[in-house]
Amino acid sequence: MIPPAFEYARPTSVDEAVRTLAEAGDEAKVLAGGQSLLPLLRLRLAFPELVVDVGRIPGLSGVREDGDTLVIGALTTHHDVIRDPLVGRYTGLLAAATRTVADPAVRHRGTLGGSLAHADPAGDLPAVALALDAELVAVGPQGRRTIAAREFFVDYLQTALRPDELLVEVRVPKRYGWGFHYEKFNRVAQAWAVVGVAALVRRDNGHIAEARIGLTNMGATPLRAAASEAALAGAPAAADAVARAAASAAEGTRPSSDPSGTPEYRAHLARVLTRRAVLAAAGGE
Amino acid sequence: MTGATEREVGRARLRKEDARLVTGQTTWTDNIQVTGLLHLAILRSPMAHARVDRVDVSPALERPGVVAAFSGRDLAEGLGSLPCAWPVTEDIVLPDHPPLAVDEVRYAGDPVAVVVARDRYAAADALEAIEVDYTPLPPVLDLEASLAEDAPLVHADKGTNRCYVWPLATGEDYASVKERADVVLKRRYLQQRLIPNAMEPRAVVVTPLPASGEYTVYSATQIPHILRIMLAMVTGVPEHKLRVIAPDVGGGFGSKLQVYGEEAIALTVARRLGRPVKWTESRSEGYLATHHGRGMIQDVEIAATREGKLLGLKVDLLADMGAYLMLVTPGVPILGAFMYPGIYKMDAYDFTCTGVFTTRTPTDAYRGAGRPEATYAIERIMDELAVELDLDPVELRRRNWIRHEEFPYPSVAGLTYDSGNYEAATDKALALFGYDDLRAEQQKRNERGDTVRLGIGVSTYTEMCGLAPSRVLGDLRYGAGGWEAASIRMLPTGKVEVVTGTSPHGQGHVTSWSQIAADVLGVSFDDVEVVHGDTKAAPQGMDTYGSRSLVVGGAAVHQAAVKVVAKARKVAAHLLEASEDDLEFAGGVFSVKGSPEARTTIQEIALATFSSHDLPDGMEPTINAEHVMDPENFSYPHGTHLCAVEVDTETGRTTIRSYVCVDDVGRVVNPLIVEGQVHGGIAQGIAQALYEEAVYDDEGNLVSGTMADYLVPSAVDLPDFVTDRTETPATSNPLGAKGVGEAGTIAATPAVVNAIVDALRPLGVTEVAMPCTPGRVWQALKEASA
Amino acid sequence: MTRISVKVDGTTYEDEVEPRLLLVHYLRDRLGLTGTPVGCDTSNCGACTVDLDGETVKSCSVLAVQADGSAVTTIQGLAQGGEWHPLQKAFHERHALQCGYCTPGMIMAARDLLRENPVPTPDEVRHALEGNLCRCTGYQNIVRAVLAASGQEVAS
Repeated sequence: MIPPAFEYARPTSVDEAVRTLAEAGDEAKVLAGGQSLLPLLRLRLAFPELVVDVGRIPGLSGVREDGDTLVIGALTTHHDVIRDPLVGRYTGLLAAATRTVADPAVRHRGTLGGSLAHADPAGDLPAVALALDAELVAVGPQGRRTIAAREFFVDYLQTALRPDELLVEVRVPKRYGWGFHYEKFNRVAQAWAVVGVAALVRRDNGHIAEARIGLTNMGATPLRAAASEAALAGAPAAADAVARAAASAAEGTRPSSDPSGTPEYRAHLARVLTRRAVLAAAGGE
Repeated sequence: MTGATEREVGRARLRKEDARLVTGQTTWTDNIQVTGLLHLAILRSPMAHARVDRVDVSPALERPGVVAAFSGRDLAEGLGSLPCAWPVTEDIVLPDHPPLAVDEVRYAGDPVAVVVARDRYAAADALEAIEVDYTPLPPVLDLEASLAEDAPLVHADKGTNRCYVWPLATGEDYASVKERADVVLKRRYLQQRLIPNAMEPRAVVVTPLPASGEYTVYSATQIPHILRIMLAMVTGVPEHKLRVIAPDVGGGFGSKLQVYGEEAIALTVARRLGRPVKWTESRSEGYLATHHGRGMIQDVEIAATREGKLLGLKVDLLADMGAYLMLVTPGVPILGAFMYPGIYKMDAYDFTCTGVFTTRTPTDAYRGAGRPEATYAIERIMDELAVELDLDPVELRRRNWIRHEEFPYPSVAGLTYDSGNYEAATDKALALFGYDDLRAEQQKRNERGDTVRLGIGVSTYTEMCGLAPSRVLGDLRYGAGGWEAASIRMLPTGKVEVVTGTSPHGQGHVTSWSQIAADVLGVSFDDVEVVHGDTKAAPQGMDTYGSRSLVVGGAAVHQAAVKVVAKARKVAAHLLEASEDDLEFAGGVFSVKGSPEARTTIQEIALATFSSHDLPDGMEPTINAEHVMDPENFSYPHGTHLCAVEVDTETGRTTIRSYVCVDDVGRVVNPLIVEGQVHGGIAQGIAQALYEEAVYDDEGNLVSGTMADYLVPSAVDLPDFVTDRTETPATSNPLGAKGVGEAGTIAATPAVVNAIVDALRPLGVTEVAMPCTPGRVWQALKEASA
Repeated sequence: MTRISVKVDGTTYEDEVEPRLLLVHYLRDRLGLTGTPVGCDTSNCGACTVDLDGETVKSCSVLAVQADGSAVTTIQGLAQGGEWHPLQKAFHERHALQCGYCTPGMIMAARDLLRENPVPTPDEVRHALEGNLCRCTGYQNIVRAVLAASGQEVAS
């Protein structure tokens, strides 16, 4: 189908973008890689008056180090995230999960910032950002502010970003010696996750010292499997202990129902996949 | 000049079609650009069932670039009901089917209004301006509930949702046969609705010549010839003023075997405006507007002796017609009716199909059309019977199938299976598959209680295809014949034009027909061109569907070529001053027996006939010939497909570990093309088993309404297939070919589901509904352990 | 309207376009480059895949204005001096197409793979093509064709 008509702006700086967004009020949409927005436009599920194309603003893509933090520009494409050596070294979970996003052509265009700002709970990266304790940096008319991932995802397709704010970077604490795994369960290669589990595990002497678990598509927002995380702290890195902890992975979740699964099935999957993801992250089987 | 020394038929010739397809020099209908071309867009009902109280298109006319807009009422004059060519019973309920709804909409997607604008963007925008008032009516979705006395009606004027009841009882009386059975099993199987998903969305372009009242219709269709006749009837444009062209067509799988409202609307609008128009569907629009396939409830009962001899089969179908009867909607289950007994001998067969209207997109032919459903039912219940009798499923089949020496064999359903060798195909498949080793591994893993279970599925199928003997189609109340036409033009320069009535859309007819003609005529493959898909250039044809093209259309090419050679022989005898009986013909050369220097080629004869200076007395100056082939029987491909799956009992996910098939499609013209057809067919069969379903919600909205929701498998989701063949020639056509277009799809679905159930049977599972999603498998396991 | 300049298959075009114009419609309807077809509206099918500045994109999910200043290569620009691209040859020789509607996108996606990974495994080929749907072939011959184009021995 055909996108509805819209005005188009292509700001060349963050400030200009923010000014343009502020002037447009609620009627503007930010276009980064466009891989979420364009299908919505084509299906006429969105009717923005103004599309603000931030794709050419310099300085918004690429990965750099800032002390103990990795700073990933919001416009960094999935393709580049996957191949970035710093991402590989310090936050391999992000690369692993990004590899499962859509398909190569979409990954060439789609951006990390776009995926997070779109905030689809079935998308893979919001749960990963949550598990990573990422911080999201937004710029608005009042300047920059940093939003913790756990505050960022507000509701289905809704974030803490204000209409006049632009997501500019994603800050991820560097992690040394953490195991990681993203367990995505979908029905065909391109499909959204029925459920996904992002796991980060720090091992200490045969035990799991600490675990962080993000859940994809288990509610209106990405979620942390807090009960499982608590149960894993100090638990042996062994199959039965991990299974016991994973049994509470669906606590507090509110998964949806669709042809790929009932809420009950999704809850079950969350438990199974959490066990698998944690074991894989812990270097077990 | 003549070239063919090696036989063409049987060679893995690379396709002539490919050059333009791999370089992008294609002629898809949507590619067509004409000066002054206008674009149509269609407003569709957002609800499953409603009364249309008011349609106001005038606001759309205010939009920039809009040339015209029409409601159903505006176009009603001169736009008749869309045709159903297969009223399967005398008392079938045949509702009116206006291309644009007038008073009532009966499925989500039913067309309501049309706008005509200077480009596709303007047309899409203008749709938003059209005002429609609807009064919702109750949706009709449940096949059983809709037959109740007080059920809401899809077509209130008809007084019932029951479209037809079509019974067939053959062989002995089923009830008495059942009396003497040791075992009677009854099962219910559900054939989910599928969306065919040809990769090219539908499109139509109509270019008028107002002065002469002539119209050229370009359409992404499988059936240019049938479409021409039907469009003439629906729109009143005289048939001889209509030319229909199927340009490059990007797949069909039955979905383009149709006379669609949009084709009639485009023609009518072009006629009203005197300007060329184009309509192209978007994918999500097509999910509503292009017919669906399958959609049946199958109640199946099988009766057998304790020793595993089949006695009888009883089948009761409820078939979802959708909201209207389209071209062959009612006939699809009837194509399957004869195939439920499969390859097996039995004494009695009892079949009833009840067609039911619902407020959903109409159903119609989708790859296999009735026969996959039939094969699924018999092959699934054979597995259940094998379990009941404690027999290996292959052994049970072996005890009941028709043995090769018994052909021709009159099937219990009244067909004559002309040839086959089920033993040979099965033995070959079992060996390739490593059946015994897999069974041993399965047993070990079951004993260990593995969380990932191994399952083995078998499917031994046959199908009736090569549609078809015209008389039989007449007996079945089908509106047309089943013949196919071919003509051959021997050009003066020695080149050959083959004109075929089939209309390929991916099958490679140009290549295969070239091989057939080259062999008979003794000319080189490259000297043959094939003309198709244009009612002006190939005026006579019955088009492409039902695995008919090679066995009917290819056979017609063969016979036409034989006639050309016979005519050429007369000229050759005259020129060589020999008697026809003394001529030999090989490799395109006529020579006189015993004096090989006295020779002439068929291509030289073409030139001699063109000049006509020296022909036999009284001979019509042409060696061109045509042939219309009307086969005396269907053809019956068969084969054995084996599938091994790994089922993760924790997540419910099924992974295909290996897939082996041995098909017998008779004589093969091009093994490369045959293998491709088998691969693609299996892929679609697997897709039904594991991935695909048109899901509707309780209001009758299509939930799986985009390609993001309807899961067409990708390369990652399908395995490599091991394919092989046996070759038992068909006796119903001179090529000995049986057809291959649908075989894979027919065979694969039950092979996969049998494997899944086989994997889970030790855990108490006896049935998983299709598509066997991980969620459904998990649910079945949960219920079995409860 | 927005003014854009795009180089397509070696030729530079300058046009005024509506911002909402999809790149694929720009190629097809404005430039008449109809070798790139449209197969869906959700960026699932990949039929419209083209190369944009050295990377594949789905041209139905890129606005023409986003391609401003860029170079696009379509299936129609692959053959050089009348010589087919090795993938075009391999698709033909391995019978990797039937209706051919998905073929332009498949070839563009496979070309992208082979640039990054000149000797892929069958599994890597399948994953590289996960965003390109084919309804005719069951993919097996497509995988064979890509492997063959990469110079690997492939059973026929």
